Amino acid sequence: MSKLARVWLFLARSQSIWSRHIRVWSKLAGPSLMGNFGEPVLYLLVLGYGLGQFVGEVEGLTYMAFLASGVACTSAVNAASFEGMYSAYTRMEVQQTWLGMLATPINVGEVVFGEILWAATKSLISVSAILIVSMVLGLIADGWALFILPVAFLTGLCFASLALVVTSSAKSYDFFLYYSTLFITPMVLLSGVFFPIDTLPNAVQWLSKVLPLYHAISLVRPLMTGGELTSVFLHLFVLATFGSAAATLATYRIKKRLIR
Amino acid sequence: MHAAASQSEIVKSTKLSKLYAGKAVVNKLDLTIDSGCFCGILGPNGAGKTTTLRMLVGHCPMDSGELSILGLAMPENASLVRESIGVVPQMDNLDADFSVEENLYVYGRFFGLSSVVLKERTKELLEFASLEEKAKCKISELSGGMRRRLTLARALINKPKLLILDEPTTGLDPQARQAIWQKLRELKKQGLTLILTTHYMEEAERLCDRVIVMDQGEIMADAAPKELIKGEIESHVLEVHAASEALLEQLRCDSSIARFEKSGDICFFYGEKLNHALEVLEESSHDDYLFRPANLEDVFIKLTGRDLRE
Ligand SMILES: Nc1ncnc2c1ncn2[C@@H]1O[C@H](COP(=O)(O)OP(=O)(O)O)[C@@H](O)[C@H]1O
Ligand SMILES: [Mg+2]
Repeated sequence: MSKLARVWLFLARSQSIWSRHIRVWSKLAGPSLMGNFGEPVLYLLVLGYGLGQFVGEVEGLTYMAFLASGVACTSAVNAASFEGMYSAYTRMEVQQTWLGMLATPINVGEVVFGEILWAATKSLISVSAILIVSMVLGLIADGWALFILPVAFLTGLCFASLALVVTSSAKSYDFFLYYSTLFITPMVLLSGVFFPIDTLPNAVQWLSKVLPLYHAISLVRPLMTGGELTSVFLHLFVLATFGSAAATLATYRIKKRLIR
Repeated sequence: MHAAASQSEIVKSTKLSKLYAGKAVVNKLDLTIDSGCFCGILGPNGAGKTTTLRMLVGHCPMDSGELSILGLAMPENASLVRESIGVVPQMDNLDADFSVEENLYVYGRFFGLSSVVLKERTKELLEFASLEEKAKCKISELSGGMRRRLTLARALINKPKLLILDEPTTGLDPQARQAIWQKLRELKKQGLTLILTTHYMEEAERLCDRVIVMDQGEIMADAAPKELIKGEIESHVLEVHAASEALLEQLRCDSSIARFEKSGDICFFYGEKLNHALEVLEESSHDDYLFRPANLEDVFIKLTGRDLRE
């Protein structure tokens, strides 16, 4: 088989897994979408309005406009992480769905990539909802905001892969609390979601700059508010590097866990 | 490997071994299964049956030895091999998020089969599994037997050449078990090669052309069920329950007794006729005994012992 044919087969099989997931999702799309729209509306209105009164302008933006891009990125992170941890673990251990898939020609790498694609799709759905809400609230500057969608997808790929690394060594659902509490939450607080990071001590700024969320926000915020985009390739590179390294590690570890 | 050999030899292993924590769970297994054979693997818990089957589908890396399935070397060709085999796992993993019909459809998609093909096959397989009426039902609404039949139907979605079943009837009631047996016989008639593990001697005896008794990762016996009973054990068994020591002493005087075993308060006498022992029993007032032809279970116990395996 030629290399191209092999890549195509890999993608086709991963896609069949993605299709399975979207089929399940579409059965419960109603409540799921309500969550996707409801949460950002609450965050933006309550925090944006309430806090905005005290905060005034941030980096030349209304607080609500500043917050919207942060909320969008956070939701991309949360959607992908949840899918990559709780849902993936359910399919791996509880329902043994993966083992079923692996009795077909599908390999572990394809299962993992299918999961990552699906989790990133969840990020995309969630960010799309936020963009619609933001548009209604008048928080979107111009058509450049459409480029937020591919960034959201990439962010989803990145955090889904990281989550699957965690899942690969999880013994129960409780295990995920470590990752959420020790990694995701501090990262969200320190990456410029709620306030610009230049108010933080230098060392902490550096910490936030080596984590991927900061780079997602650095792309999304200017795209949403019409600001100036800088270091685009660096930001994309960080997200892609974290993502591919984590995906490779997750595949390796999950293979060791299932095929033993 | 010659093309001719690969056609008739569906499974071929030489010195196939698997170690867990340094202990051989499958120990230098030499196994050849020909096309069209219905092969049963019997063995107590922990004998290595599931591990062997997992190696056949490429779900378990082997530590040494060689294995080829359908003429293709494993594990390199695992994915290709799985295109042509069907698997009914020991633990059900039907998709609880889907209906019966969708379970077949979605699974077929994993094989890269088109919607058109799957529409037709789904219909055929629902009929085969007698589940037409349940097509739209959720998995949670199915009985244990229906789930097993659906798992079987699902394993056939790719028209496999080899079907691997790991304890397909464990935990089913007799009716549900017989329904599965009937389906398996149909498949055998269609020329499919089947490998099945089971705890039920009766199942192996009724279904299989060939029975392999496995214990501690090794093959203890391998023959047609009838041959096994003929070759491995005396023709008759006398079971005497709760007899006094004095009576047992008298029974043991029968010179035609080839073997004697005691398990709890039951004594087993193995032999051909056992005329003397039967006379003694008839004359005594003890009537709690059973004289019967030996069966596969006796062979199994002889080969694997009476100790409990957990
Ligand atoms: N993944 C594993 N890790 C460690 N030991 C295992 C693993 N799988 C099976 N075993 C051990 O290998 C032995 C054989 O198991 P198995 O093949 O499941 O037996 P069977 O199916 O005949 O009951 C058992 O002692 C079991 O505990
Ligand atoms: Mg087993």
